[in-house]
Amino acid sequence: MTSLLRRPELGAFAAFILTYIFFAIVTQGAGFVSVNGTAGWLNLAAELGIVAIPVGMLMISGEFDLSIGSTVGAASMVVAIATSFYGMPIWPAIGLALLIGALIGLANGMAVVRTNLPSFIVTLATNFIVIGATMGFSRLIANVTSSSIVSSDTAHAVFAARWGQANISILWWLGAAIVGGWVLSKTTFGNWVYATGGNMQAARGAGVPVERVKIILFIATGVAAAFVGVLQGVQWNSGNSTYGQGYVFQAPIVVVIGGVLLGGGYGSVAGIFLGTALFGVISTGIFYTGWNTDWIQLFLGALLALAVLANNYVRRFALTARR
Amino acid sequence: MERKQPILELQHISKSFAGTRALDDVSLEVRPGEILCLLGDNGAGKSTLIKVMSGYHEPSSGSIRLEGEEIAFASPREARQRGIATVHQDVGSIPLMSVGRNFFLGAEPTKGVGPFRWFNEAKANEIALEQIARFGITRISDGNQLVGTMSGGERQVLAIGRAMYFGAKVLILDEPTSALGVKEASVVLRFMRQARAEGVAIVFITHNARHAMAVGDAFAVLIHGKVAARFSRGEKTREEVLNLMAGGEQMSELEEDLENIH
Repeated sequence: MTSLLRRPELGAFAAFILTYIFFAIVTQGAGFVSVNGTAGWLNLAAELGIVAIPVGMLMISGEFDLSIGSTVGAASMVVAIATSFYGMPIWPAIGLALLIGALIGLANGMAVVRTNLPSFIVTLATNFIVIGATMGFSRLIANVTSSSIVSSDTAHAVFAARWGQANISILWWLGAAIVGGWVLSKTTFGNWVYATGGNMQAARGAGVPVERVKIILFIATGVAAAFVGVLQGVQWNSGNSTYGQGYVFQAPIVVVIGGVLLGGGYGSVAGIFLGTALFGVISTGIFYTGWNTDWIQLFLGALLALAVLANNYVRRFALTARR
Repeated sequence: MERKQPILELQHISKSFAGTRALDDVSLEVRPGEILCLLGDNGAGKSTLIKVMSGYHEPSSGSIRLEGEEIAFASPREARQRGIATVHQDVGSIPLMSVGRNFFLGAEPTKGVGPFRWFNEAKANEIALEQIARFGITRISDGNQLVGTMSGGERQVLAIGRAMYFGAKVLILDEPTSALGVKEASVVLRFMRQARAEGVAIVFITHNARHAMAVGDAFAVLIHGKVAARFSRGEKTREEVLNLMAGGEQMSELEEDLENIH
């Protein structure tokens, strides 16, 4: 029981259950708990969740990535311009988009590791650079900042299939959670992620290649963001430089709500998953109440403040000596 | 008592940083099953000496012999591989990680093959608990317990036990007792005696003469980067040692006063 209480995802789990019950009661009869309603909040959570998992792992290692937002838009534009302007088939275009995501991640990682500057500011700069470059080059090449995508059936099946209201992105999200969860909690690399964020000097002293750990995680966030860009692009049949800007802060918010310590060293993929689900429930639940959606921000802000306080408490609780 | 051949020998080691001489003609040796206490006030050159012994710094002049063979460590990692383990005062454990994960950090046991290899946590926990229990830490019974819940002394034992498990022949302990309370310090000192009994050579760096006298076999006092005195167990009283550390001044009374404060 006490070991359960010490788990980082406990707060997010409790908050998720309470919030879900709250909206289920308040919106009674409006269809929030129906299959379609559930698909609605899962859809919303899924795309954010795919980015939030590597972002959360990166935060556990002690670094931020705020450039994910622009990478989503950049990837969608790469696919759009490659397929509609250059007539490239969709799959190589997708490969190119993911490669660019990886390169953005690599650039972030190298910059952070080499300069030792806070990744918060480095990746904030990258976020502007990437969206600026996406818009600039798109205009230069095709004189647009958004463009349609020429897709194919297979690409559509992989990235945009739907069952009723539920998007295939939900499955991708689950997949990302399973892989991320396994890596973080079951592998040597996962151990190094915690160690890097928990005490970088000690980790280095024990022979953990902390720089490599960080760079790999930055690449993972870049690829995940590009993946979501592809997902959205194929789903809506268009690329747009501004896709994903919402994720810049939503991703770290759901990560923290999921119990990851802002300073790194503690957290879990299960927590990040629940934090993202909670975000989906709130954002969608508000619609079903019929209230003004302006309240979403207030809700999220309050929840974030609460989560930071709770995480601090959980951390202290986890560190109290057992007698 | 028959003394073994020295395992680690420093011969006429000097180290200068940008013209400042941090170590000046230091010669020392430590033998298996012996505790060499390195005493000295802050700034006496203890940290530099540790760094030279553990491969962080190359000496400006002089030579280092390991098991009779002259060597130059390319990196701390190489020194560690050759069996010289340094445990610093802050231990370098990670409070928010479990005992088992800390113990095997950087050398994790795995199960499975290829990309599907995973961390064998059960084995890590089992061995970690076994190792610390061997040195008297039996209060910890769950390898998943976070290291942050352990006391300072227990963490020292975990870190030193870890170094020994991974084959350390020479243990360099940098102020292992100075941040600890009396009871915790005695846990660590008892542990050092046991490690000595197992044939490990220990370099015990401290500015606490009482702790040094409690376990030391050989002593060296460092002042301004020079070895000011060397002696063996029983050759000097605590007061004499304190005076030596203070550079011959009558510091013992002051030291006593200081110790009475806390």
